[in-house]
Amino acid sequence: MSMITLPEKDGIFGKLTDPLLEIKNLKKYYPIKKGVLSKTVGHVKAVDGLDFSIYPGETISLVGESGCGKSTTGRAIVKLDPPTDGSVLFEGKDMADLSKGELRKIRTQMQIIFQDPYSSLNPRKRIGDLLAEPLLAHRLASKEEVNKKVDKMLETVGLTKFHKGRYPHEFSGGQRQRIGIARALMLNPKLIVCDEPVSALDVSIQAQVLNLLKDLQKEFNLTYLFIAHGLGAVKYISDRIAVMYLGKIVELGKTGDIFTRPKHPYTQALLSAYPIPNPHLRDRERIVVEGDVPSPANPPKGCRFHTRCPFAASVCREKEPVLSGDSHTVACHFPLS
Amino acid sequence: MGNNILEVDKLQTAFKTDKGEVISVEEVTFQLEPGETIGIVGESGCGKSVTSLSIMRLLGTHGFIKKGSVKLNGKDLTKISEADMRKVRGNEISMIFQEPMTSLNPVFTIGNQMVELIRLHMDYNAKEAKNYAVEMLQKVGIPRAEVIIDEYPHALSGGMRQRVMIAMALSCKPKLLIADEPTTALDVTIQAQILELMKSLKKESNTSIMMITHDLGVIAEMADKVIVMYAGQVVEEADVFTLFDEPKHPYTKGLIDSIPHLEYDSDEKLYSIPGSVPTLQQMPKGCRFHTRCPYAMEKCIAERPPHVAVAGNSEHKVRCWLYDEADSKTSTHTSGSEVNV
Amino acid sequence: MLQYIIRRILIAIPVLFGVTVFNFVIINMAPGNPVDMYLNPDATEADAEAKKEALGLNDPIYVQYFRWLSNLLHGDFGFSYTTYEPVLDLILTRVGPTLLLMGAALLIAYIIAIPIGILSATRQYSWIDYLTTTFSFLGVSIPSFFLGLGAIYVFALVLGILPTGGMFTLGSDGGFMDTLIHLLMPAVILGTGIAGSTVRYVRSSMLEVLGQDYLRTARAKGLKEFIVTNKHALKNALIPIITIIGMEIPVLIGGAVVTEQIFQWPGLGQLTIQSISSRDYPTLMAINFLAAFAVLFSNLLTDILYSVVDPRIKYS
Repeated sequence: MSMITLPEKDGIFGKLTDPLLEIKNLKKYYPIKKGVLSKTVGHVKAVDGLDFSIYPGETISLVGESGCGKSTTGRAIVKLDPPTDGSVLFEGKDMADLSKGELRKIRTQMQIIFQDPYSSLNPRKRIGDLLAEPLLAHRLASKEEVNKKVDKMLETVGLTKFHKGRYPHEFSGGQRQRIGIARALMLNPKLIVCDEPVSALDVSIQAQVLNLLKDLQKEFNLTYLFIAHGLGAVKYISDRIAVMYLGKIVELGKTGDIFTRPKHPYTQALLSAYPIPNPHLRDRERIVVEGDVPSPANPPKGCRFHTRCPFAASVCREKEPVLSGDSHTVACHFPLS
Repeated sequence: MGNNILEVDKLQTAFKTDKGEVISVEEVTFQLEPGETIGIVGESGCGKSVTSLSIMRLLGTHGFIKKGSVKLNGKDLTKISEADMRKVRGNEISMIFQEPMTSLNPVFTIGNQMVELIRLHMDYNAKEAKNYAVEMLQKVGIPRAEVIIDEYPHALSGGMRQRVMIAMALSCKPKLLIADEPTTALDVTIQAQILELMKSLKKESNTSIMMITHDLGVIAEMADKVIVMYAGQVVEEADVFTLFDEPKHPYTKGLIDSIPHLEYDSDEKLYSIPGSVPTLQQMPKGCRFHTRCPYAMEKCIAERPPHVAVAGNSEHKVRCWLYDEADSKTSTHTSGSEVNV
Repeated sequence: MLQYIIRRILIAIPVLFGVTVFNFVIINMAPGNPVDMYLNPDATEADAEAKKEALGLNDPIYVQYFRWLSNLLHGDFGFSYTTYEPVLDLILTRVGPTLLLMGAALLIAYIIAIPIGILSATRQYSWIDYLTTTFSFLGVSIPSFFLGLGAIYVFALVLGILPTGGMFTLGSDGGFMDTLIHLLMPAVILGTGIAGSTVRYVRSSMLEVLGQDYLRTARAKGLKEFIVTNKHALKNALIPIITIIGMEIPVLIGGAVVTEQIFQWPGLGQLTIQSISSRDYPTLMAINFLAAFAVLFSNLLTDILYSVVDPRIKYS
């Protein structure tokens, strides 16, 4: 677990530390064009107004199914896919207000690890060059220093410096993911966005990589934004969890609270649907949510989950609930107790 | 024993490559009764998919069954002609695959693809076949089935497409349904829907199911008995409760321990099996798992352990030197070579 | 869909316009001028000047261009400098033979290329595959004029079974069989040249489709391999081939130029070469305009065909 126990926005713990990253009303819309002149007739609202903070040293996870916007959020934060609206504040400074030079510096503080170890490494570059590139691009070290750093980093992630001369295709999925982690760490970032880092790996390798991430967090005092759909991995690694549905956060709280006392029907359905590796529990009561996720181009009015919610009432169809609560927030008109 | 629907005996499958012959499935033996669900669990490269493709004889031009037999109701599928095998596929044994997004032909309608199968094996005319197809779609919970039947696959979501695959697979009332990672590519809530659907359909038609997956959670939900595969071999076989309560093989144990569990707190470090699956060039002569096994002994390096029953339970078999062959013959638990781990 | 077509047409108009400007400039930049071609050697300077004035060749280039354009918009393509015929009539008599030759060549090409491409892909790395790739390589590399001249030599001169060229036997009434015999060699030469490259496209498109999951599903249903290949795989593999056909149509207009010349086939290609050498500007402009139009039209047709054949594609 992390060293700092987590102050929430106006929580009981007060302002023990300031957030490392604050996301305010983050929106990412993709235009839909139709007509003879390609007019924009609507938007796919991948992320539709996200508010949360990330505190130094913690691991906060974004959880949800496909189309909920979690990957888009991760990429918007590190500006791979700049947001349509809203602001991202890094250490209190709004990233939109920064000059190009300052932005470049902040970029080194936020790194990202990708999901697919097979496509996120340039197949034509040797590992040593791949790892050296971030340092050389930002001119943070001389060539000799870079070499030493690369060697050290390879050992830190469980590989050896003899792997430097090899190409990505010579490594297994798990090893490639280690290389991806090493690359993210080269710039000594404060925040790492992990975009589904273990989903494409075998179960036994997942455990290795998750353990590595945990160890590195302690060693380098890292903060993680962990994006995943595998609840088991999320439970193991997170301090706090934000559950997303159709571009919005529906519930946010400490890991223990989310798993033992979920407040939102969707969270409950998600937890209930997850197959538990214990056959004695196979006949437990399940909440199986019907239907498919609605299209983000046309989200339902009112509460976005009402079309599939077993408890939907008329107010749910009209009024959109907002995230409320103290340390465990939920956006629901009838939160579960 | 007498009324097994499927009997796979010492199946060995190999592939012809430019580097010579590669044995993908070393030795697989199991039996399946009507209405039973067997789960085959293992990680990538263990041979579970190849096992299922061997049963269907869909190994392509380079794969072939080298040894062993696959008996469906007594008929050895490895010995019949290709024409006879085609009568079995889709009819007595059906298979559904992992990627619903790409498993249906994008340029033909759902109806076209379903009717093709129905008319191939059953004696219906075009109209009857189409009506039957609509019925099957309704059975798997597809709304507005009469409209969907004329739609193209891209109009449906992944979960819907997998339902179509299931409907198609069950149309000819097969005795066995092979499901190769059917829910791996789906969201967790959709996965729950599909698994519930499969359970209810099985109850109704008493179809046997062979569920192939790497997800032990899915195994726990669905299987009656389980075989665990590693590097082309079966390393453990047991009914599902026994497997999870008393796993014997160190690999099984490692797998179970390396899953973060939802239902209890795990603050300690997650157990992870060190190393990775050996490549075919590096395959050890003795036990294939010994390079990653915390209990490896000298014997494990030199000799390959046989797949034998555990003492006290003839249905629970393990391929591991920790459980000596002698144990399976005695009825007491005092043997020194059984280690409680 | 209608909106899409309208949008494409709206975009095509300025493109067509630009092409004609470009063509006009290029043609006028070529050395020599029409008057020099046609004048009597005894004519005087004054006669030459008068002729130039009459043809409007002394006006600034943009005036000449706009004159041409405004005539075009009235449906008047002008008169040929060589024959004084209206260009439109000239072209119309030539279009038929070219279309006939093109059509026959394409037919032959695809009848050869598709089955061979499929065979080559389904038996990848077999001797059939190596044979077909070798032949397709030859088909692409050997120039059509070489093949054409060789064919004329063998079949017309040595064996004497086919005519040396032209569209009909001189002095005869013509007729269907006569035209067919004359069509045979040029269409086959042109067709096999196209088949060479098309086979590779069919093969690679087929190979890509052969690796798809839905074929595995088809086999798992118990379908015969023949059905799997020729129903399930082929329909998907042919989709990109439509692009190729669309690209091939404009190329054929150009490729036909060489073949028509070799075989003296009275089509547009031959007309083009004649017009170039005689600096027959109006005819050239008209042919170029037609060619540009053909390219834009076949592109649009290809895109529409796509959406017809591939249910995943919908234009809006």
